[in-house]
Amino acid sequence: MQLDAQIPAGALAEKWENCKFTNKLVNPANKRKYEIIVVGTGLAGASAAATLAELGYNVKSFCIQDSPRRAHSIAAQGGINAAKNYQNDGDSVFRLFYDTIKGGDFRAREANVYRLAQVSNNIIDQCVAQGIPFAREYGGTLANRSFGGAQVSRTFYARGQTGQQLLLGAYSAMMRQVATGKITLFPRREIMDIITIDGRARGIICRNLITGKLERYAAHAVVLATGGYGNVFYLSTNAMASNVTASWRAYKKGAGFANPCFVQIHPTCIPVHGDYQSKLTLMSESLRNDGRVWVPKKKHDTRPPAEIPEEDRDYYLERKYPSFGNLVPRDVASRNAKEVCDEGRGVGETGLAVYLDFQEVIKRDGLEPILKKYGNLFHMYEKITASDPSREPMKIYPAVHYTMGGLWVDYNLMSTIPGMFVLGEANFSDHGANRLGASALMQGLADGYFILPYTMGNYLAQAGACDLSTGHKPYDVAEDAIKEKTKSFLRHSGSGRKGLQTVDHYHRELGALLWDYCGMARNKKGLEYALSKIPEIRAEFNENTLVPGTGQQLNQSLERAGRVGDFLEFAEVMVRDALAREESCGCHLREESQTEEHEAKRDDEHFTHVAVWEYTGDDREPVLHREHLEFENVTPSQRSYK
Amino acid sequence: MAANTISITVKIWRQSDPNSTGSFENHRLEDINTDMSFLEMLDVLNERLTLSGGEPVAFDHDCREGICGMCGAVVNGIAHGPERETTLCQLHMRHFRNGETIAIEPFRARAFPPIKDLIIDRSSFDHIITAGGYVSMNTGSAQDGNTIPVAQDKAEQAMDAAACIGCGACVAACPNAAAMLFVGAKVSQFALLPQGEPERKKRALAMVEAMDKAGFGNCGNERECENVCPKGISIRNIARLNREYIRAAFTAD
Repeated sequence: MQLDAQIPAGALAEKWENCKFTNKLVNPANKRKYEIIVVGTGLAGASAAATLAELGYNVKSFCIQDSPRRAHSIAAQGGINAAKNYQNDGDSVFRLFYDTIKGGDFRAREANVYRLAQVSNNIIDQCVAQGIPFAREYGGTLANRSFGGAQVSRTFYARGQTGQQLLLGAYSAMMRQVATGKITLFPRREIMDIITIDGRARGIICRNLITGKLERYAAHAVVLATGGYGNVFYLSTNAMASNVTASWRAYKKGAGFANPCFVQIHPTCIPVHGDYQSKLTLMSESLRNDGRVWVPKKKHDTRPPAEIPEEDRDYYLERKYPSFGNLVPRDVASRNAKEVCDEGRGVGETGLAVYLDFQEVIKRDGLEPILKKYGNLFHMYEKITASDPSREPMKIYPAVHYTMGGLWVDYNLMSTIPGMFVLGEANFSDHGANRLGASALMQGLADGYFILPYTMGNYLAQAGACDLSTGHKPYDVAEDAIKEKTKSFLRHSGSGRKGLQTVDHYHRELGALLWDYCGMARNKKGLEYALSKIPEIRAEFNENTLVPGTGQQLNQSLERAGRVGDFLEFAEVMVRDALAREESCGCHLREESQTEEHEAKRDDEHFTHVAVWEYTGDDREPVLHREHLEFENVTPSQRSYK
Repeated sequence: MAANTISITVKIWRQSDPNSTGSFENHRLEDINTDMSFLEMLDVLNERLTLSGGEPVAFDHDCREGICGMCGAVVNGIAHGPERETTLCQLHMRHFRNGETIAIEPFRARAFPPIKDLIIDRSSFDHIITAGGYVSMNTGSAQDGNTIPVAQDKAEQAMDAAACIGCGACVAACPNAAAMLFVGAKVSQFALLPQGEPERKKRALAMVEAMDKAGFGNCGNERECENVCPKGISIRNIARLNREYIRAAFTAD
């Protein structure tokens, strides 16, 4: 596997310009001769599909839901960053770049991150022009708020529904191209395999989720914008259908998987409350702007929060990190929550929660302005927990939220399979070992609106036209394998055999194992244990899963079985990656590598690289490749938020 | 969050495919934790159905935090169930009584054909958006964001309308199966903002035409839509849609 990041020549600030200038172009009249498959319709996929179609390419857009408007980007609450410096508080492209690189604990590529900061401003302009109702000041200008890991106010937002508004904007742009005929929609389709011909990505096989039929589609290039793999933990803030399948199948066809162990655990989620629980709900990080995080000073203090006087409370983030306070990056906030709970100072029935308290700000500013900012979040919290955050503090606890790891891509967003591009959360590119708040929306839209449309032309201009029939042998081979697997999943259907379990049973088991041994804190012994257990769960799953019904119908159990089967394979690579990275960085805390103050301690000498895993066969261990990271414009330092 | 449990009977709609005749099926569920969400209760039902050799109930759902608009069913005669401004996934079992029978059926409308059990086809909503639910501007052509000032109250009203999640509860609740709240919300969002101005008339006419073509009915001022809307979208948006439509029809260029 060759890892050439294709970073353009020139000074940091000129690289993207240089890249755009040296890229080959497809002339406007020729664009209509090219077909592009885009899988996924979240921010990255929808913005890419719309923009490619505007340029004149023919786009086939696939999504797993009933409409492109439902992709999980819609659930992003807090906001989107841009280096506009509208607040006159010292922001700049370089500062956004620096904050993002530092927030990622110096494990991301400088050139990619700088480009992200550069195009951030275009994204805001684009979204405003689309009619997205961003929050405004009284004078009509755009409003901003602060977010974790930054000391400037650069986050644009639409109440607590920024992801929804940005996604509906991209969806609208897509639907406009559906009207022109440049985009064809394929909803309720699940990708089952990527087809490569002569080493290039040339098509996909997907399952029509209504009829169960396998369908073949060919194109000159394939774009995966299929999101992250957080649901490998079973419980996460991801949507129920979010999965690793597209990425995993691509990996098996030769795409390198980068940094799979980099999983963001978000500090402010509603705590787990029962084993029937199907998902976790995030409370936007923006709440940390005004909410104060605390636990009782005494262990096992069971008094209700209102009865705990000020002197018995420990506002531990403000105490330990006076300059960033409650706005430390997510990984730092999560680890500290775990630490105080492990000490026995956690609150709530399970002791696995900390308080996020709004009393002080309500006293200072009044209830109304707080409800204006966070009303929908308070409402959502109350609905789930039957407790009102304006009266008593929220209880929060960290939960799996985002995956910085993903398929390896070069500067042009192309994977190690020529012709297969990967966008958004599905790639690994910009967030290093920890993503800052309000940067996921920025990256998804940067990739789709402003990066891929340029780099795609460069690829197509060089690869040229090709035969688009779907009768090639690789389609037959892939389809036979899918049918075989489906048959195997369904073999207990209607058998009445005793001792069978549902798909979710094994998914829960895998999730609990990973949360315990590959979650917020990891060590060699635990990871080795997980690595020995995963094949056992997988064997059980393959032997004893009961999937009812048939393959020729809408069958949600069968859909889940395919996804969980892939998670059970993928989990091994994730744990292997965590084991191989014998340092702590960002989200990845190896207990063996900590500073005296229990902060993540990097080992730059040995681990300033992207770990990229190559598939070598089902029964063989994957091979680890390394892309060394060069830092020419910033000096990696021990992150300090004190 | 005290852990209480209740026992319930679900009377749930089963329909194997679009062409078959569906019917209700009864299942008794003991020990349902009242902190469960409604969909988690259905998960429990499905686990039990699967393990006892039956076929689980098909239902759409995804984000389970009330924003994707994928889930929805009529619960005891009310779209998304008894709690106001709540999607089905955010409805919790603490709102039901021990011993209660809960009737669950799909959103029904001519423009939402059934697919299986509680799953329906809402692609007619996508067709309406395709007809004009956007600002026609290509990527890359935008001016600086702050050159388009928007008064705060207008931005807030536009946001109120833009909050629509496209779930279809408004249609299910309407005796005429009208989609006026859905269309009104989108038309309002753009009518309230300067960005929507150039295509204002064309948009209102085209989206209403697409709505009629999809087989949705007309508004009869019953206000059922507003009552079940999980995002609390006001029927003022229907009034605005009517004004926009009339303005466009009488003053078209």
